[in-house]
Order: sequence, then C-alpha cells, then structure tokens
Amino acid sequence: MSDLALPAAAAANTAAPTVAARPRGRALAYLQAAPLALVFLVFLVVPLVLTGIVSLWEYNEYEIIPALTLQNYADVFDGCLSADLCTTVRTYLSTVKFVALTLAITLPLGFAIAYFLAFHIRSGTVRMGLFLLCTIPFWTSNVIRMISWIPLLGRNGLVNDTLRTLGLIREPIEGLLYSDFAVVLAFVHLDTVFMIVPIFNSLARIDRRLIEAARDGGASGAQILWNVILPLAKPGIAIGTIFVTTLVMGDFVTVGVMGGQQIASVGKVIQVQMSYLQFPAAAANAVVLLAAVLLMILGLTRMIDLRREL
Amino acid sequence: MDLPQKPSRRTLLKGAAALAATPVTGFPAVHAAEPVTLRYLGTAVNQSADIAKKVKEDLGITLEYIPVVTDEVTKRAVTQPNSFDLIDTEYFSLKKILPSGNLQGMDAKRIKLADKISSVFTKGEVAGKKIGDQGTAPKKVFYLEGIDSKKFAGEQTQWISLIPTVYNADTLGIRPDLIKMPVTSWKELLNPAFKGKASILNIPSIGIMDAAMVVEATGDYTYGDKGNMTKPEIDRTIKVLIEAKRAGQFRAFWQDFNESVNLMASGETVIQSMWSPAVTKVRAQGVPCTYQPLKEGYRAWASGFGIPKTLSGRKLDAAYDFINWFLSGWAGAYLNRQGYYSAVLETAQANMQPYEWAFWMEGRPAEKDILGPDGTLIEKGGATRDGGSFDARMGAVACWNAVMDENTYMVRKWNEFIAA
Repeated sequence: MSDLALPAAAAANTAAPTVAARPRGRALAYLQAAPLALVFLVFLVVPLVLTGIVSLWEYNEYEIIPALTLQNYADVFDGCLSADLCTTVRTYLSTVKFVALTLAITLPLGFAIAYFLAFHIRSGTVRMGLFLLCTIPFWTSNVIRMISWIPLLGRNGLVNDTLRTLGLIREPIEGLLYSDFAVVLAFVHLDTVFMIVPIFNSLARIDRRLIEAARDGGASGAQILWNVILPLAKPGIAIGTIFVTTLVMGDFVTVGVMGGQQIASVGKVIQVQMSYLQFPAAAANAVVLLAAVLLMILGLTRMIDLRREL
Repeated sequence: MDLPQKPSRRTLLKGAAALAATPVTGFPAVHAAEPVTLRYLGTAVNQSADIAKKVKEDLGITLEYIPVVTDEVTKRAVTQPNSFDLIDTEYFSLKKILPSGNLQGMDAKRIKLADKISSVFTKGEVAGKKIGDQGTAPKKVFYLEGIDSKKFAGEQTQWISLIPTVYNADTLGIRPDLIKMPVTSWKELLNPAFKGKASILNIPSIGIMDAAMVVEATGDYTYGDKGNMTKPEIDRTIKVLIEAKRAGQFRAFWQDFNESVNLMASGETVIQSMWSPAVTKVRAQGVPCTYQPLKEGYRAWASGFGIPKTLSGRKLDAAYDFINWFLSGWAGAYLNRQGYYSAVLETAQANMQPYEWAFWMEGRPAEKDILGPDGTLIEKGGATRDGGSFDARMGAVACWNAVMDENTYMVRKWNEFIAA
C-alpha cells in the first residue's frame, strides 16, 4: 500500500514550501488530492477492510455467516507448529523461491536492457522506438504468451527435437516443461519489462554531466557504473523490484500453466477456495498474502528511501 | 416429437396475431411475436452455436450463452441468482445450490416428456438393473419436496430439481500406441511403469474420486462411499496421491478440457483421467487414444437444466418451452453424436440414422463412417465405440461426481497434495 500512496506524497512534498503557509492553499491541496484519495478509498481501502472482515466469518458450503471466528486463520496455519512443514509454509517457500529466482534474472537483464537503451542509443527517436518494441509482447494476453512456450519445451517439442536431431541428447529432457525451470522462464518472459520501464526511467533522468565529471575525475567505466549510475538508478530498481515481487507473489496462472498445475502457489490456494465458495478461508489467505507482500516491500523501502530518491 | 407444422420465422412474424389466437399444438408461437432472450448459464461443453441457431429457428427464442467453468456456475447460482434465466449445472452442485434457495422446483406436469426421462435419473437403473449410487447419484437429488423446497425428496414427486441435459460415464484415457500393455484396472494410473507420464485432474472433488477408484482397485481399502468420505478416508487417499507425486508419477495435472487434450495429443502423458469428448478430440487430430473401459467401472456425472427462483411470466414460459424442445429429439441426437447421452433416448433415436444409433448407443461396429455433429469424421466404418453400449457403460457405473460432507477438509487436504 505504501508504494501506491507514494506519488501523492511526493507531489505534496514538492508543493509544500510554497503553499503550506496559507491555510486556503492547504485546503486547495487537499481538494486536489481528494479525487485520488477517493479512488483509493473506494477501490482499495474498502475492499481490503471487507476482505479482513470476511476472513473472520464462519462459512459452510453455500453461505457465509457473520459470526466472528479465528478458525480460518487457524486453518491457514494448521500443522505449522509440527516438525513437518505445513501446506502454507511450503506454499510460501515455493512462491518466495520463484520471486527470488525471477528477481535474480529480471534485475540484471532489465538493467542491462535499460542501460543499453538509455546510454548506448544516441538518437532519441530510435530509443523511443526500441523502448516501445519492448512493450510489443503486451499486445497479446499473458496466457497466450505462456502457452506458446509449450510446443517448444514439451517432451516432443521443438527444443528436444532439435537437440535429438543434432545428436546432443538421446532421451528427451523432461525438465523443460512443467517444472520450476518452465515457470521461471515464463516469469522472466512476462515480467522483465516491468523492470526495464522504471529503471530506464531513472537512467534517462541522470544528468549526463555527472558521468562526464566522473570520467574527467579519472573514474573507470566500472567505477562510473558502480558509484554513479547504480546509486542514481536505485529508485527505478526498487520500483521494478516491487512490481516483479508483487506480480510473482500473486500469480497463479503462470505457475499453473507452466508448472503443469503441480506446483503450489498462494494465489492458486485462494482460487481453489473461492471456486468452492469458501470465501472466508480465501479471505484469510488473502490477508496473510497481503501481509507477506507488505513485509517484503517494507524490507525494500528500508534499504532504499524511495521518497528521498524520487 | 412430431410437429404438425414448422412455421418459419417470417410467416410467424407476418401472422403473429392470428397465430397467437389459434391454439397451436406444437410449440407456442407467441415467442416469435416478441422475441425472448434466455441467459443460459453453464459450461461451454453444452453451449453449442448450432443448438442456439436451431432453437431460434424453431421457437424464436434467443439463447445468450454465459460460458463459465463448473465451479463458477455454482458460485454464480449462489451469489448472483439474477444474472441468468436458465442454469445448466451438474447434479452434484445441487447440494450447494439448492440450500441457498435460489432455484425453483420444475413442474413435471409442464415437462411433456417427464415420464420418458432415462431411468438413470428417476430410479438409478439401466435396463432394469440397479447401478452404483455412491457419491451424488442423480436419483438422490432428482426430486424436491415442493416448488420452493430446499430439501430433496426421497421418492418421486411433481417437482424436479434439474431436467437432465447430458450425462456420461468417465474412465481413464490411454495412448495405446505408447502403452505396450493391456490396461484393465484403475490401479494402472499409479503404475510406476508410467512414471512421469500420468495425469489426474486438478479439480479436487473429481480428482479425489479418481484417486479413490485407484485405491480401491489396488485392494488396499474399500470405501463406505467414495463420494462421501470420512476425514480418515480423505487422509488415506491424499496420502496415496502425495506418495505418487513425490515419486514423480505425474507429468502434470489438468483443469480444463483443452489441457487434457493437449497433454494426451502431445504425448506428455500416456494415461490420465479424461472426458469422453476429449478422447474424441485427440482422435480427431489423428492421434490414437482409447477411452479405456476398466473392470472396476466408471465414475459418472450428469448435468441438467434448472430455473432460478426469480424467473416468472413470459421468460418462465420460454424456459419451459426451451426445455421441452431440448428433450424433443434434435438436441438429444446432436449430443449423442458427440458421445454424450441425452435425457430422453427415444426422441433422440428418432432423430438419428439407424447406423448412428447402433454405433453410439448399442455398441455395434459402425456400418459406415461416423461423423460428428459438425461433419468431421470421428470414426471410420467398422470401428466400435469404447465401452460398448449405453447399457453396458451406464450399467457399470461405480460412483458419481459428488460434494462430500467433509468438502472443506477435502479441499484443504487437496491443497496439501498440490503443495507436496
């Protein structure tokens, strides 16, 4: 939530010195912020509060009963105190693993692409053209982009067939499809652009004179990258990381399709419960998921003070 | 059903007033005078453009399909009963939908062929022989105590919960070209010979039934009722599944029709839970696939039309007219040609060629090429339908898709299986 509120807060910060002194100006500022605040209230705060309330209700097959209970949360963490890992912990570990793997690939990849676009393309038109090129995959749906991998990676898919024809392998590689590999591959494919955009945005705003100054001061290319560009790209990296983290944490379609429905994800658990009309149980899971994501974002914002950097 | 006259839409529009005044013995012409649209909620399986076209021609009723998955049908029926005029859902969902009070009992007196509905539904019999009734067998939930009742009646009443559309008996699908041994039992699903090449469906309430068939086939355990397990029985079944999963038995799970077709057609799996039309579709791609009859029998399912409580007046009349039309033969023949079974067999038979009927329903070798409803070649002459005749197949039903009393617990355990 804190990241969503950021643009408004940042805007208020810059406006503060000129208008803060006059009460009428302050009222005007509130008025200006009101539409966005209202949108957040109606579409974010209210549903969240409702989810929280429903997560405390009882339910049966066909109705939810407004009676307070903590049973749903007890069910979520059922068996977690025993030696064997419980379903929820297993599921979260699996999800966090995918977040880490996806970040480990999309971050360097996204940074490299953004760096290339921002610093190596001299013509502004070509840069914008290439930048738009990155968004072309978004012209089709997520699911279609994922499904298009399946004929490639399958047991008798293009990759296995090619390797066999070349004589590199005898037996098809089973792990290409319906595996962790396939899931991470799809996540990288789907989410790298969410890294590119904010990092590119940060890089584009770096004052080129700073780099010149560093070079004049005798810094090597690596030193410039590490000591000048990277620190200035931190907000973009942080925002990109938040995007990718939240996307992967909540995604169950990719994990389902590419993992052959065999890999647990938090979103999938919620979806199954919803489809069996177990709304309160699903709500409890959603609240736990929200808390987990918020914790991760909190950790990120501890590392980088986004408000100062923007 | 025999129509005295089949007026085209145009003549109906021309003489709407005159026609409306005359007593029409066939289908009421009044719908053509002022078109009625029925919002038809169901799974995509039964929602065919051909049926919509035909009913528009015959009755002037426009069907507006709302295609969603089975679970979504139930969810909508419980949470948004005003969002549809006609529901096509499975009998086992009734245990969730009916207590919500959102459906009305259907008046058997207004269903012209109510007496002709297959005894599978009314009595739980095929050709006079009792069939398995574990799980939510339709006969258990077929009759209601009254039009507004939220309870199922034990015996025959005037009020019917759902009028059957299609039903079938499911078994395992196999790739005979990739499996070099005879498959005769459900237990082969977990046979280590097929390690990494098996699949099961990831719809908990159905998947666990298939697993139960496997457990019983291995002789380890016999359930009191596979469709209504106790907690220890659920634990036992899930344990078997988790062990198989950890041993790498499964290639993938599937959740919808196309996923199952792709898994099988691409050779990712060689044995899996499957639906009959999915097998047909794999075969239509030129890939050998058998809907393998197994000695322990079938897991059956059935779906039917229901009417929301809010429906009244002209729309209610239209819904009854549509359902009567549906039972009158054309639609039944259409569905039979897809490998499903229709509710009223006699009228469907009247709408099928004798050789088609012999192939689909009597289990006899095809006299000539068998075409699907869309004209594609399904079987060459000489082929025999897997599982044999209607009587042989429906007579060997072991259990029905179900909602268990311990459903919540089962879903939790199923999630545990997926996370294992």
